[in-house]
Amino acid sequence: MKKSMKWLLAVVMMLTLSVLPSFAGSAEETTVKAGFIFLHDENSTYDLNFINAAKEACENMGIEYIFKTGIPEGQECYEAACELADAGCNFVFADSFGHEDYMIEAAREFPDVQFCHATGTKAHTEQMPNFHNAFASIYEGRYLAGIVAGMKLNEMIEAGEITAEEAKMGYVGAYTYAEVISGFTSFYLGARSVCPSVTMEVTFTGSWYDETAEKEGANKLIDDGCVLISQHADSMGAPTACETAGVPNVSYNGSTVSACPNTFLVSSSINWAPYFEYAMGCVAGGEEIAADWTGDIATGSVVLTDLGSAVAEGTQEAIDAAKADLIAGNIHVFDTATFTVEGKNLESYMADVDTDPDYEGDHEAVVDGYFHESAEGFRSAPYFDIQIDGIEFLDTAF
Amino acid sequence: MNSKKQEPSFYLVKRDALPWHKALGIRIAAIVAAMVVCAVVTTVLTGINPIQVYVSIFLGAFGTARKTWITFQNVAILLLISLALTPAFRMHFWNIGGEGQVLVGGLASAACMICLADKIPNALVILLMIVCSLGAGAIWGLIPAFFKAKWNTNETLSTLMMNYIATQLVAFFTIVWEVPKGSGKIGIINQNSSIGWLPQIAGSKYLLSILIAAAITVLLYIYLVYSKQGYEIAVVGESERTARYVGIKVEKVIIRTMLISGGICGLVGLLLVGGINHTVTTTIANGQGFTAVMVSWMAKFNPITMVFTSFLIIFLNRGASEISTTFGLNQSFADILTGIILFFIIGCEFFISYKINFRKKAGKGENN
Repeated sequence: MKKSMKWLLAVVMMLTLSVLPSFAGSAEETTVKAGFIFLHDENSTYDLNFINAAKEACENMGIEYIFKTGIPEGQECYEAACELADAGCNFVFADSFGHEDYMIEAAREFPDVQFCHATGTKAHTEQMPNFHNAFASIYEGRYLAGIVAGMKLNEMIEAGEITAEEAKMGYVGAYTYAEVISGFTSFYLGARSVCPSVTMEVTFTGSWYDETAEKEGANKLIDDGCVLISQHADSMGAPTACETAGVPNVSYNGSTVSACPNTFLVSSSINWAPYFEYAMGCVAGGEEIAADWTGDIATGSVVLTDLGSAVAEGTQEAIDAAKADLIAGNIHVFDTATFTVEGKNLESYMADVDTDPDYEGDHEAVVDGYFHESAEGFRSAPYFDIQIDGIEFLDTAF
Repeated sequence: MNSKKQEPSFYLVKRDALPWHKALGIRIAAIVAAMVVCAVVTTVLTGINPIQVYVSIFLGAFGTARKTWITFQNVAILLLISLALTPAFRMHFWNIGGEGQVLVGGLASAACMICLADKIPNALVILLMIVCSLGAGAIWGLIPAFFKAKWNTNETLSTLMMNYIATQLVAFFTIVWEVPKGSGKIGIINQNSSIGWLPQIAGSKYLLSILIAAAITVLLYIYLVYSKQGYEIAVVGESERTARYVGIKVEKVIIRTMLISGGICGLVGLLLVGGINHTVTTTIANGQGFTAVMVSWMAKFNPITMVFTSFLIIFLNRGASEISTTFGLNQSFADILTGIILFFIIGCEFFISYKINFRKKAGKGENN
């Protein structure tokens, strides 16, 4: 017994030595070393999206990188950022909203290192030369995904499966946060641009990742008569609930077609690679990184996946047309002529762009007939937090 | 004839107290065995050289000055929670509520920082934070103790349930105090004014917790081993009837001890919120209220030994997460390794308490 164990061990050891890990450091000459902080690991669709983009950008540019996964939104983030700076990184990035304050702390301690943070809101008010926010005009992606949903609803109405009045969508959101509200409102407006009778119900889970709550939320919406579901939360809860119930689903962060082959319509997501290439390029060239950077369809930051097999006919053409119009500026997602708030058109809205504990509105966002979301001179993270007519909030505890 | 029962080939004997060097030897053997198993698992699953893995575990804990400081700070926090549970455990009062007691302590600190900023001087804010967080932790310990003392309720259940109440309270106040609206996050409190931030000692962010942990370790050791109250705790733990017979007021001892236990947990909450994170979240205690149960048990409820057991846990923890960074492995792999090592360390306690005697093979032959 003992002897055989020893042998086994010896064989295993020898095998190891023969397959020594190959650590190919990128040999290309560059002055940039990048460090990335992720809230979870690749099992979360949200983080996976960042991880893939970071790998892609670093490999394209021949930049050496360090990943730190599973970093909570607390002092651990500050420590991880400092450790990356200690390790020689001159570009440090964090992917989760709650990382922001700790990145600012680290940025104060390391003035020579550029700290970039996705989804944050404070760079434009902190005005530090080495702390930057980034986001993408994902509301445009959501709008396009909404068109896919609207086309599907039209198909269902034409096939006699539902009446026009029964065209009700459901949406599983995380928090009543502007990013979520902006997301589902643009999704809804996209759907309504092709299916005028559509209404929507939104439920909130109070977590960015809670598989059970998201599944229950989707089931509740389906029981409530919603015939199409979308979500802004990071687990597979809602898509799998839809697949089980046979209800079409518009996904987020990436394709869920492998788990939901029958009900997957499309997914919008942010491709972060263009931002990473921009920011790391700035570090390499010694240029200043913008305090707020908003990627869009033109930069390749806002993307749609391939369409699922369940989409209505002519969907691709409708998306292509709308996409061209969005890029050309012919249409605006939050065109105030297309929606009402408490029965009235929105003529003025003071958006809460500068973060403060009293949530005071500080920037006039309605100019030239549309709400300027994630716009130049505001900030990159969404701030559209208006409840428009046609969308019903089911529970707003969060 | 055939009904003869086959005797098992080994049997267990409870050992008398093992000499300390033998017990230490068994523990070292367990750690070595754990390392070997981890090495084999690592190699088989990932093809990475185990020596490199061990080097990176060590570097994860002590690779840079910053890492070393963080390691000791984390040891201090885990040690403090373990120390907090210990008086209760010595009394055989199973306080599983460390997590909740830490949380309410932290919540009380955060409340002072948020509600009193700019209203009263900073020194007064900090003073109130100390009072409130210790008080909150103590109350969270007092409630189960009161019910145990009065009606002999099961303290394991009640302390455990108090954890959930604490978590929900923090979740509720997170929504009340969230910035920006709807985000579900409080963020760093008073980031620009630093009101309510505990002072740095000698320019180090990390030293305060470490010094407090060292002081509490010594004080608690003296309290438990040399004071009359510490003796009362031991007697109540051995036998409540004996305690009553010799005139100890058991109810009083239970309540007093849990006030201390909860109060120290509240102090940890203060350090986590006022000194380290400067925010409060439902996960700020990070499960350490439960890890501390293990740390305290592994140290046989001895405060001095606890320094080593908590160090061991933190060392493994930090090392394990370094592995996932260095080799690009999933975080779960680090958990697997930690699990293996803990399995061996806890398992070896069995061999310290029991001896395995093997029967002679010859005897087996006769029966056939």
